[in-house]
Amino acid sequence: MSNKLNHSMSLAKPDAVDISNKQKVALAIGVIGLFILTLALFNTNFPNKALFLSLSLGLISVGIIVYSRDAYLTKLEGIKNDGVWFKSISSRGIWGWIVGIILTTFYIILYFFPKYLGLGTNGTENSGLIGLFDPLSKLLSGRPASQWFVYGTLYTVAILAFGYKFILKYRHNRYQQIRTISVMFFQLGFAFLIPEFMYVMNNSLPYYDLKSIWPLNYYIFDEWSVKGFLSNGNIGLALILFGIISIFVITPILTYKFGKRWYCSWVCGCGGLAETAGDSFRQLSSKKMSAWKLERWLIHAVLVFSVVMTTAMVYTYLGNEKNDFWLTKGVFIALVIGFLTLVFAGVMFFKRQELGKDAKYGAIGFFATIGLLLIMHFTGTTEHVFFVKGSALRSAYGLYIGSIFSGVIGTGFYPILGSRSWCRFGCPMAAILGFQQRLFSKFRITTNGGQCISCGNCSNSCEMGIDVRHYAQKGENIVRSSCVGCGICSAVCPRGVLKLENDSMKGRINPTEILLGNDVNLMDFVNKK
Amino acid sequence: MEEHIVIIGNGISGVTAARHIRKLSDKKITIISAETDYFFSRTALMYIYMGHMKFEHTQPYENWFWEKNRINLKKGYVKQIETKSKTLLFANNETLTYDKLIIATGSKPNKFGWPGQDLDGVMGMYHKQDLENLEKYAPNNKVCKRAVIVGGGLIGIELAEMLNSRKIPVTFLVREDSFWNGVLPKGESEMINRHIKNHHIDLRLSTNLKEIISDENGKVKSVIIEETGEELPCDVVGLTAGVTPNIDFIKNSNIEIGRGVKVNRYLETNIPDIFAIGDCAEQHEGIDQRRPIEAVWYTGRMMGETVAQTICGNRIEYKPGHWFNSAKFLDIEYQTYGWVFAKPRENEAHSHWKHHDDTKCITVCYDKKTKLFLGINTFGIRMRHEVFDTWLTEKRDVDYVMNHLGEANFDPEFYKHHEKDILSFYNNRLQIA
Repeated sequence: MSNKLNHSMSLAKPDAVDISNKQKVALAIGVIGLFILTLALFNTNFPNKALFLSLSLGLISVGIIVYSRDAYLTKLEGIKNDGVWFKSISSRGIWGWIVGIILTTFYIILYFFPKYLGLGTNGTENSGLIGLFDPLSKLLSGRPASQWFVYGTLYTVAILAFGYKFILKYRHNRYQQIRTISVMFFQLGFAFLIPEFMYVMNNSLPYYDLKSIWPLNYYIFDEWSVKGFLSNGNIGLALILFGIISIFVITPILTYKFGKRWYCSWVCGCGGLAETAGDSFRQLSSKKMSAWKLERWLIHAVLVFSVVMTTAMVYTYLGNEKNDFWLTKGVFIALVIGFLTLVFAGVMFFKRQELGKDAKYGAIGFFATIGLLLIMHFTGTTEHVFFVKGSALRSAYGLYIGSIFSGVIGTGFYPILGSRSWCRFGCPMAAILGFQQRLFSKFRITTNGGQCISCGNCSNSCEMGIDVRHYAQKGENIVRSSCVGCGICSAVCPRGVLKLENDSMKGRINPTEILLGNDVNLMDFVNKK
Repeated sequence: MEEHIVIIGNGISGVTAARHIRKLSDKKITIISAETDYFFSRTALMYIYMGHMKFEHTQPYENWFWEKNRINLKKGYVKQIETKSKTLLFANNETLTYDKLIIATGSKPNKFGWPGQDLDGVMGMYHKQDLENLEKYAPNNKVCKRAVIVGGGLIGIELAEMLNSRKIPVTFLVREDSFWNGVLPKGESEMINRHIKNHHIDLRLSTNLKEIISDENGKVKSVIIEETGEELPCDVVGLTAGVTPNIDFIKNSNIEIGRGVKVNRYLETNIPDIFAIGDCAEQHEGIDQRRPIEAVWYTGRMMGETVAQTICGNRIEYKPGHWFNSAKFLDIEYQTYGWVFAKPRENEAHSHWKHHDDTKCITVCYDKKTKLFLGINTFGIRMRHEVFDTWLTEKRDVDYVMNHLGEANFDPEFYKHHEKDILSFYNNRLQIA
């Protein structure tokens, strides 16, 4: 018999699940790759940077690939979550904390102290970690690496290598495989390679990741950015128009047809990292009612803030006189207010019933936004917004939301808060798409009659913290705005109760409890409250 | 003073009854359990041992839910029901009075008097305490070098999957000559046999347990197999040969019992104001083609809904609709709608299609003469409950069902569809037959 003192199943962890010898070797290979990066970080000057960079990234990828193959290809196809709550790294154990702290530290240095990574300032050459990436950057775009290039490369390698792992893990599930290939493709092509090539073709264009849409791409309407586009003739103009069309036309249409998942779990890089590298942490998101309440306040506050901030930014660099350009401060603010009013009125008129209690909060948010914009217009001087300089507001937004929230907390805290805490609590794009998904979308998660056994696998693996079981056990379709349509709830359901569907708008929401199996008359009675 | 409804048992039946009573009324509600403080999903116990979830994740409601909905929870073991004074007597000699009583005590694992069946390391896989026991005797494959499971049903295969997840070698003794073939038609049962073996589980068919041997400390050391006399050394024995109603404490009351608590179609016992629902309730006669006792999650839930109506003044019959059930055999999901018996009855025929990858198959049962569609078993393909429920109600014929099978498909997007294959198999088979 076991000599362990504590035999409890949930209070203490049972014995760690051992990894195989092959996995140990794979781990060693990956760690050697990381070690090269660490040496570079501490300013080791490698003789042949190209060789050592390839070696490092290669070893890391090979390590992940060999490890995953041994983990999944040695077993039959099926759900492979054995022991996730026993492993230290995926259950907020000591390894989880260590990884979380390392990641967070890396983000802080990356965002605020790039010189420690070896970024050359005032024309000096890169050294250290950033210097190691120079050969690759020069190969792609001809310029030396920046901290963002280093980050982008590591990010892409992570999505590709862990994407491979994810595909193996779900090799019985084509939805998961195709979705992951899509995410890998958009990261490698649209976020990483195309912007580099665009720089080669036209090096005065601002960096533009075509799949990144305002307000996630919060700097697209900054003065420097707009000027950069406009000074580049037709290409620049086309890009900025594409940016505007993405927001007002492409996004709503795609969301209507497929739900917000077309973006959040098929295209978006933040989502891509969460789904691949973050997959081991998806079960850590909180499903408590209190977390849901916090989520709704926080994500909408960020959205309001980003609308006001962008409006303020654009407002500051527009002129007062019609003679310069038709879009003056006055016209612009009127357009924004008009558009918001149109959206708000439309929602109130057509969809009031569906929103229910939330409509009140929505109204408060709407009037707050309009109020802020008007106050801004009538009190603000040309330079100041709420007595703060417009550019200061913009940089504050960039700092607190763009870096700290999305990077440091969003990704650094994967092992603590789960893989999509940024998408869930902070992403303004997710808020807009979620709003569209909730109001007009053919997307829903259908629940299969009365087959739910309330086991909780679906809720446990929901990275957005949705208590999926709450709906499934009532036989109620799930149309939550936060759902990113990753489809894992459906995959892990042992009774086949959940399915992601695009179907007609009719019958999408069925708030009454439909539990098939009982006599029909009884169900009529149950449904009458 | 509002009526006091007392429910013994905090499983799906009891909790569903409580929730619906609260929805319909302001009655005082008390749920009693000796097993756990809060309701949890029994069917999810296996995932705790496998490390997919922690115990708290199997609790469908947060702990504040009960107080907010004014449902009192009491931990205690009811020893005796005094029906005349409407009083419950607890093992610690406390008492509690009720106005209406719902017995929802569920089941307990069967034991057939095997020698050694009460040794340390021998357990069922039903209660939370069984799981705690398993964690004690089979935490890993160093402490537990081999486990033997006795009984070839749903709980047995779940236990095998659990132990397998910790790389503990498992020998699975099944009395029948094929896994669960009292319920599953031959082709399906044989496919599952192969699937079990593919997971490196030592499946032994047509094999019975003779006795369990103890070591010097009163813990299991080995088992003896009836047929061969072989002695299998092992550290854990799982007894999973079905369940019986958990009603021992009722035996010396005047509530009528058979194997379970006898109830009529209104779920009423022979004593006024006492009801029984879920696994422990026994119908005087099986409804439709159902058995008098149905130890199934879904029927427990439906009985809970029904009894809540009756207690809240809308006396209503328990009328379960078309039969359905589901399970998962390691990596293969199983759903059934309507009736598919292991052996087709006189007027019935089966059409059994199997995919060449040996993890998907369906069996459709229909009436040979009238071609009426009677039921479907599906393995590895998800089907839509509502569609089959409608087709059964509308009394569709089997040709219609076979031609419209695609409408019932519930697999995730981008999955391969097999309806064409299934249909052509069905059509060819008919011509031959």
